[in-house]
Amino acid sequence: MSSKPVAPSLLDPAILLPAVKAAFVKLDPRQLVRNPVIFVTEVVAAVVTGLFVRDLMTGTGSPPFSGQIAAWLWFTVLFATFAEAVAEGRGKAQADSLRRTKSELTARKLVSAEGRETQSIPATSLKVGDLVLVEAGELIPGDGEVIEGVASVNESAITGESAPVIRESGGDRSAVTGGTQVLSDWIKVRIGVAPGNTFVDRMIALIEGAQRQKTPNEIALSILLSGLTLIFLVAVVTLWGLAGYSGTVLSVTVLAALLVTLIPTTIGGLLSAIGIAGMDRLVRFNVIATSGRAVEAAGDVDTLLLDKTGTITFGNRMAADFMPVPGVSEAELADAALLASLADETPEGRSIAALATGEFGRQAPAVSLPDAGKGEVVALAVGGGASQVGATRIDAVIPFAAETRLSGVDFGGRRLRKGAVDSILKFTGIRDENVPSEFRRAVDQVARTGGTPLAVADGPRLLGVIHLKDVVKPGIKERFAALRAMGIRTVMVTGDNPVTAAAIASEAGVDDFLAEATPEDKLAYIRKEQQGGRLIAMCGDGTNDAPALAQADVGVAMQTGTQAAREAANMVDLDSSPTKLIEIVEIGKQLLMTRGSLTTFSIANDVAKYFAIIPALFITTYPALAALNVMGLGSPQSAILSAVIFNALIIVALIPLALKGVTYRPVGAAALLRRNLLVYGLGGILLPFAGIKLVDLAVNALNLV
Amino acid sequence: MSIIGWLQISLLFIAVLIVIKPLGLYMARVFSGERNVFSPILGPVERGLYLAAGVDPNKEQGWLAYTMSMLAFSLAGFASLFAILRLQAYLPMNPQGFAGMPSDLAFNTAVSFVTNTNWQNYGGETTLSHFSQMAGLTVHNFVSAATGIAMALAVTRAFARSNAATVGNFWVDLTRSTLYVLLPIAVVMALAMVWTGLPQTFHADLSATTLEGAKQTISLGPVASQEAIKQLGTNGGGFFNVNAAHPFENPTALSNYLNIFSMLSISAALVYTFGQMVGNRRQGWAFIAVTAVLLISGVAVVYWAEAQGNPILTALGLDAAQGNMEGKEVRFGQAMTALYAAVTTGLSDGGVNGMHGSLTGLGGLVPMFLMQLGEVLPGGVGSGLYGMVVFAILAVFVAGLMVGRTPELLGKKIEAREMKYAMFAVLILPVTILGFTAVSAMLPFAVASVGTAGPHGLSEILYGFTSAAGNNGSAFGGLTGNTPWYNTTLGFAMLLGRFAYAVPVMAIAGSIAVKTRVPASKGTFPTDTPLFVGLLVGIILILGGLQFFPALALGPIVEHFSMLAGQTF
Repeated sequence: MSSKPVAPSLLDPAILLPAVKAAFVKLDPRQLVRNPVIFVTEVVAAVVTGLFVRDLMTGTGSPPFSGQIAAWLWFTVLFATFAEAVAEGRGKAQADSLRRTKSELTARKLVSAEGRETQSIPATSLKVGDLVLVEAGELIPGDGEVIEGVASVNESAITGESAPVIRESGGDRSAVTGGTQVLSDWIKVRIGVAPGNTFVDRMIALIEGAQRQKTPNEIALSILLSGLTLIFLVAVVTLWGLAGYSGTVLSVTVLAALLVTLIPTTIGGLLSAIGIAGMDRLVRFNVIATSGRAVEAAGDVDTLLLDKTGTITFGNRMAADFMPVPGVSEAELADAALLASLADETPEGRSIAALATGEFGRQAPAVSLPDAGKGEVVALAVGGGASQVGATRIDAVIPFAAETRLSGVDFGGRRLRKGAVDSILKFTGIRDENVPSEFRRAVDQVARTGGTPLAVADGPRLLGVIHLKDVVKPGIKERFAALRAMGIRTVMVTGDNPVTAAAIASEAGVDDFLAEATPEDKLAYIRKEQQGGRLIAMCGDGTNDAPALAQADVGVAMQTGTQAAREAANMVDLDSSPTKLIEIVEIGKQLLMTRGSLTTFSIANDVAKYFAIIPALFITTYPALAALNVMGLGSPQSAILSAVIFNALIIVALIPLALKGVTYRPVGAAALLRRNLLVYGLGGILLPFAGIKLVDLAVNALNLV
Repeated sequence: MSIIGWLQISLLFIAVLIVIKPLGLYMARVFSGERNVFSPILGPVERGLYLAAGVDPNKEQGWLAYTMSMLAFSLAGFASLFAILRLQAYLPMNPQGFAGMPSDLAFNTAVSFVTNTNWQNYGGETTLSHFSQMAGLTVHNFVSAATGIAMALAVTRAFARSNAATVGNFWVDLTRSTLYVLLPIAVVMALAMVWTGLPQTFHADLSATTLEGAKQTISLGPVASQEAIKQLGTNGGGFFNVNAAHPFENPTALSNYLNIFSMLSISAALVYTFGQMVGNRRQGWAFIAVTAVLLISGVAVVYWAEAQGNPILTALGLDAAQGNMEGKEVRFGQAMTALYAAVTTGLSDGGVNGMHGSLTGLGGLVPMFLMQLGEVLPGGVGSGLYGMVVFAILAVFVAGLMVGRTPELLGKKIEAREMKYAMFAVLILPVTILGFTAVSAMLPFAVASVGTAGPHGLSEILYGFTSAAGNNGSAFGGLTGNTPWYNTTLGFAMLLGRFAYAVPVMAIAGSIAVKTRVPASKGTFPTDTPLFVGLLVGIILILGGLQFFPALALGPIVEHFSMLAGQTF
């Protein structure tokens, strides 16, 4: 797992101070009405404030009491808006730096596609389809596609990664992003996105939450919270009538206090902060989601489609074993393979040399062959056996080529070669029927286990087989086991044949694989899974991945990918790391868990509040109800005030948890539920008893009522 | 409390536990349209009924058509029952020559029986002709129960099916539940009750001369036939005014057992049927476990509270060991009264074998609270099951989020639409109960109806509207309900409690049915484990009960603590 980026400190004054200001701005009822629970709290606070003023003017009632209740009701609202402001504040800084890169961009629009004659215009007046020229040192004025040229581009403004990337026309590396800088050479870019809608624009909007719409799950939760608010509104309003029957006249102030403590202000106040913090957490993982809906869907994902290369395996095959034919020692084969591979600069060739010198303890020549060149005397000092050669004149070096599919070296009359099995057989001149059966068996064995066999020959003599295989990344198997515990299936997608794919699949511990997969296969697989009601996540970078990315419920495109892939996906991974998908799923789950846990906590809190307020309201009429005052609160007024204060303070106390998220552990759902129910359910019932008691002690000690 | 008492209580629960599975499986067969033991006899009757009514049994309905059929059927039932009650003087089988019911009482009674509430603002033996009892009330004892079962079936199918546009055919479900479930069992049960001593006759009444020489009129009638379905259909409306405390309605300990057994068995078995039909029997057992936990706790509290007795009376020299026997029949005792009280209110039955108003504060709190929870323990036949499903939806929503997934119940995703309807349904009870109670508590002429002043009077009003809105029908006693105000408001409370609850539930069924059934994975938390049972109990208590705490505090809770403090009102 990659190390998690550190979140900015909660106590950072650069975030806190503007957040305090924003908290007041957000009191505007037109904004607050989007949050029914807090809106009701604000209305109630306004009413109680009015009563306080009336109490002051007329001298009736108890102005210090109603004044303090009103103040704490306002605090409740302010704490809720403050939570949202803090959450937003953390993204603002990043948005501001992005905006700076965007400002004052000028574009050099090409007069014609062929020439290099340009005219300068402001980047904001670019249109889709315009061609621009960008040269070293200049900023790319908008999102688009390279149509001519190659350049190295610094994309750190977006990715935070300072190493430059290559952008060139054609292929999967043709997409460029506005605001990034060309470091060398020049490119011609066709603008693909209208200004105002570019990647950077979207990123700014997302980070700032300007386009924030409620996600489906947030809407469902809001309905639950609004319903609860209505239910408690009914309970409190009718209580006035019931109390009247019992001979108690309840003041609006105490009813207001009861209402606000009962309605789920805790989760209501923190709901949008949780959502914003979830997006923010993704941003810190260098993933940009185009909507909150996608983040939620990530938590729900049932199946992950993972590309084999780069995600599950290192992406290139490596030598794993030498298998000599009878009459040839392992050492002799290893030496021959080592020497024949010295002229092979491909990763596979290097891995053969590494295996021979590493696991098999052979010694590499002091000078590498390609540098030495033909005719030089090189110390081919290799220990032991038939291949002891000493200092020898090199006659010829045959570098690896795709056409010949072999590499080798000639010296002292020996002609060492290694390469694809059929190429080597052709080189040795051995006819098919004369191939030793042991050699055939070794080749088959390698192929059967999903590896790639290479042959090694010395002139007309076959020495043996090199086993090349895909090496599965260490730790990935445990990762998949954790996913399985979460109920997520992993499916490996590869262009390999089914035999190879099955071997790697079982080694990596994926649940299923898709071999010889074409983009159409991927799309069909996603459709099939979705018809079974499953949610699919995948990542991809190529243009041919675009349809599957669009079809998947969560599609993550690599920042290095094509424009088409980035458009089709609903998330872009700026690090272009294929394993990121797993973290995205965890963040999605964490977001939902935080909402659920705080909702449970908020509802469970009500039990204690009843025990604080109900006896306080009716103790004069029914002294026997003192038995319900289990907390032993000082006086009726202090009990009510304490409940209101606790209700307000708990919002502030939970802001860090809302922003950080509830800890996610990859254990099964049942274990997770048991733990969270215990902490937030049972804890939610018990904590307020202690909390309200403490506040009451303070209220009485300070003689507030 | 005594060991014998607890043995009596456990024996009954064991008896019910035994019949749950066979009865549940039988009903699953019936409602799936498969052949069953009664098919050879009742099959032709069933087909004949469809033919006569012009119903195509193979044509299924969407949720809206199903709901409209249900509403139309209930409206027609109300209209015909209202007419019978008003016009009984002109109708046959009226040996006592009773006059027609006044319109407000007829409205209340008709609504009461159509909604499966069976709240009785009339005294049966002194108001109703045999025709009204048999062709009016008993018919609705059957069909209002069958209507509840039908709606529960629609909800069940919604979960059982995947991508379905229809939830069944209301007319078919109604016919099958009446014909194959309620009728055969009612016949057997009625005979058993006759055997235990219930009258079944068309004689009007007997006149007897007591030992003291006084003239006494002993009311008779077709009691057993009405009693059987009264309990089986969780109706609760008795033939006699004092319901199952009357020696002709509930003469012996055995008949008392039959009473409780018959109210529990169909309702509980239907929950099993649900599990069977959705392909997860463990889910059925989980719901039954939730019911058992709450119901047995309820019984225990009532039994304990009544056995403790009243310290005020103990102080006056009464034997504390007797506990509180006020309002109880000595032939049943505290254990059987406690069991009856908790079951009848947990169930939405509403029959009583003792006076709930005479229970201690705590003892009276329990029946009221069980009704306020929404009649889901296991509730009225059918209505209890769909009420439980609503709570399960709320529980999985909260719990599902806690494990980091969009919540699912039985493979169906619970989204904004379902939450909207579920919250609407859950809102109905507090609005109706607390709203009508508060208004009545403030109106002097409504307060005048209470039997006792002080908190007990408030309990009487609160109990009344709770019972009406929960479609229970039991009364606290003391409240004079036969006034225009209460006849009307209780009537509306019953209508809201039945239909304003059922329509959103049916909308949930429609919305659930069209969803794809997602196969369970390790990431979906199971809803058939003890953990979920505990969670659901918590959700029912907190979302279903917490809002009534202030109101209860001013009624039974005050009574309880005042009694402990030696204060009476």
